[in-house]
Amino acid sequence: MFYFKLIFKNVFRAKLRSSLTIIGLVIAIVAFGLLQTVVDAWFAGSNAASASRLVARNSISLVFPMPVYYRERIRAVPGVKSVTLLNWFGGVYKEPRNFFPQFAVDHENFFDLYPEFIMPADQLSAFKRDRQGAAVGRKLADEFGWKIGDTIPIRGTIFSGTWTFTLRAIFDAKDETTVTRQMYFHWDYINEWLKQKFPRRMEQIGTFVIEVDDPSRTADISKAIDAQFRNSLAETLTETEKSFQLGFISQMEQIILTIRIVSFVVIFIIMAVVANTMAMTARERLTEYATLKALGFGPGFVAALIFGEALMLSLIGGGLGVLLTFPLAKVVGVIASAVFAVFKVSQATVLMQLACALAVGFIAALVPSWRSARIKIVDGLRHVG
Amino acid sequence: MKIPFNYIFRNLWTRKLTTLLTAGGMALVAFVFAAVLMLDAGLNRTMVGTGSVDNVVFIRKGAETEIQSGITRDQAALVESQPQVARGADGNAMASKESLVLISLTKTGQDKGSNIVTRGVSPMAQVLRPQVKIVQGRMFQPGSSEIVVGKNIHEEFDGVAIGQKLRFAQREWLVVGTFDAGKSAFDSEVWGDVEQLMQAFRRVNYSSVIVKMTSVDSFDALVKAVQDDIRIALDGKRERLFYEDQSRALSTFISFLGIFLSVIFSVGAMIGAAITMYSSVAMRTGEIGTLRALGFRQPSILVAFLIESLLLGLVGGIAGLACAAFLQSITISTMNFQSFSQLAFSFLLTFKIVLQTLLFSVVMGFVGGFLPAVKAARMKIVDSLRAA
Repeated sequence: MFYFKLIFKNVFRAKLRSSLTIIGLVIAIVAFGLLQTVVDAWFAGSNAASASRLVARNSISLVFPMPVYYRERIRAVPGVKSVTLLNWFGGVYKEPRNFFPQFAVDHENFFDLYPEFIMPADQLSAFKRDRQGAAVGRKLADEFGWKIGDTIPIRGTIFSGTWTFTLRAIFDAKDETTVTRQMYFHWDYINEWLKQKFPRRMEQIGTFVIEVDDPSRTADISKAIDAQFRNSLAETLTETEKSFQLGFISQMEQIILTIRIVSFVVIFIIMAVVANTMAMTARERLTEYATLKALGFGPGFVAALIFGEALMLSLIGGGLGVLLTFPLAKVVGVIASAVFAVFKVSQATVLMQLACALAVGFIAALVPSWRSARIKIVDGLRHVG
Repeated sequence: MKIPFNYIFRNLWTRKLTTLLTAGGMALVAFVFAAVLMLDAGLNRTMVGTGSVDNVVFIRKGAETEIQSGITRDQAALVESQPQVARGADGNAMASKESLVLISLTKTGQDKGSNIVTRGVSPMAQVLRPQVKIVQGRMFQPGSSEIVVGKNIHEEFDGVAIGQKLRFAQREWLVVGTFDAGKSAFDSEVWGDVEQLMQAFRRVNYSSVIVKMTSVDSFDALVKAVQDDIRIALDGKRERLFYEDQSRALSTFISFLGIFLSVIFSVGAMIGAAITMYSSVAMRTGEIGTLRALGFRQPSILVAFLIESLLLGLVGGIAGLACAAFLQSITISTMNFQSFSQLAFSFLLTFKIVLQTLLFSVVMGFVGGFLPAVKAARMKIVDSLRAA
């Protein structure tokens, strides 16, 4: 008990220095947490992906479509339960900075394959009945203040012209990993328009989403699907939804890697600051440590004093940092909602923050404690701080 | 009376560990600050270098990228025939009708594909883009299934060495050459004959038409003529601006990240500097008293401590810059969100960035050292002499 009391008194002896160090620690831990959350947010799409769904796309790349009649042939592959259509629309709502994903889907069964989107049955049937109907996620509806029945104009970049949709359904997320910042509408509506304007582009689809009976057989089923279309005009590439999402992330791998590295650089910098504080503290108190040793305390006790002080500093800073991360993440999440659909501090991040704080304290105390523990009593007493 | 510079310098020298740690922290901050600016500068150079001043890109109205666009043969022919379009010695319009597709290639060491721009070009393309030079092998033969690949593709992707074949659109495409596009975005592209690529991909429309103007000033007239003609009605943009717009989101992202990091890091570094200077002041209380008793004035003390802190910042800044300079050999290849394809760019250290970083680190030193210096200057002679 005496030991803890001594450490506690020591920490707050140089109030200004300790508080500056703690502020530095708090900032570093918050920054680390936010950067880790940014990385997590990038993976949000793949975390939300279902294991029992496959995505088939043109094997050349995602921008090439496939004939929509492939659907029946995919459905005939053993193990396939149902198939739906999903096509990237790439429209702009008022201004490009309002970016959110829009997809043209098969209104009949799309939401059967996505049970994680929850909506009232009457809204779903209203969405199905209206060819110009649209369904949007709760987050998106809240962001733009849309209500059921509102008209939403979208300017097409791939399908040129201004499209107007009527909001018929708003869906909620089943759990926190589900992304609800997107919009779905009828693929038929787009296809009809193409029939009149660009007949060459009609009856084409960007991706098929496939539900399988047995999630453990996805690899075989993917192979069987791709085999159906080998050497055709549009060869397919079928993979699990998760791997499909990871494909996007891997294209940005270097940026994500950079953010990861940077988040550890923050910790490194703060380590320099804390190590500095501990080095100065120990140097100032050399006489004291020599006195303690003269009184009969061993070198281990002196080292433990310095370690205890450094760890206490870093834990206070780390703890405050963790507490501050949550409200700040909320603010960042609101500001950057166009970029990150899900922005949530995970438990792993909190644990890593605390681990980093402890590591900073521990490493910062290494050199000073080693030095102070080894000092000769005579030299220490003679030393002028 | 001024305090000799030697005194200030030797103060830092005496406490080497603390000086090193503080300056090291500042160096890291300066490093990150410079690195982000360099990345943005590198991206900017890549995109600006991609466009030429006297070229104009035409794409479909409403489209934002070449990949979203479509231009019929009739429209393309009408654009070519505009009087503002320059003509070559043979009388042909200096225009390239291009078709863009994305193909998926695998980066060396990765198992997932990345989207690569594959550009079908007309024979005139090389005249319009003088920065593109074949460095290995030869240019593709028009009318054949041959392709040439950009420098970054050659370096970072599998299966694109000269003599190897890529298979897409039911054909095998022989790689016959590698080109260097002077660090522009074309370095991350694959080029082939536009007519061959369009046939293979069963396309009837071009993606874009690039023309060279007779003079830089004829831009407005050309764009107006094309927009007003209801048979054409395409959007025209200066090539340089067009490519800058293509990377705007990426550039904004990098700058945003840069500002966020710099602010957080610099606060940490300033706190570090403040701690160092406060302790330096506290330890030298007796010394300060002596200096004052010798006749040095308060302002001299203030300046001496400020200079000490500025020196710390400067040392950190120089060290950070020196490390950042090594980054120039690194090339980053990542997905450009807007064009949905890979784009490679490298760090670029400009004179402006050197100045900005040094200024930034000196300011960090100043802010961190200001309060401690004030504290030192305001000490009472008697008290400080007694403290020692």
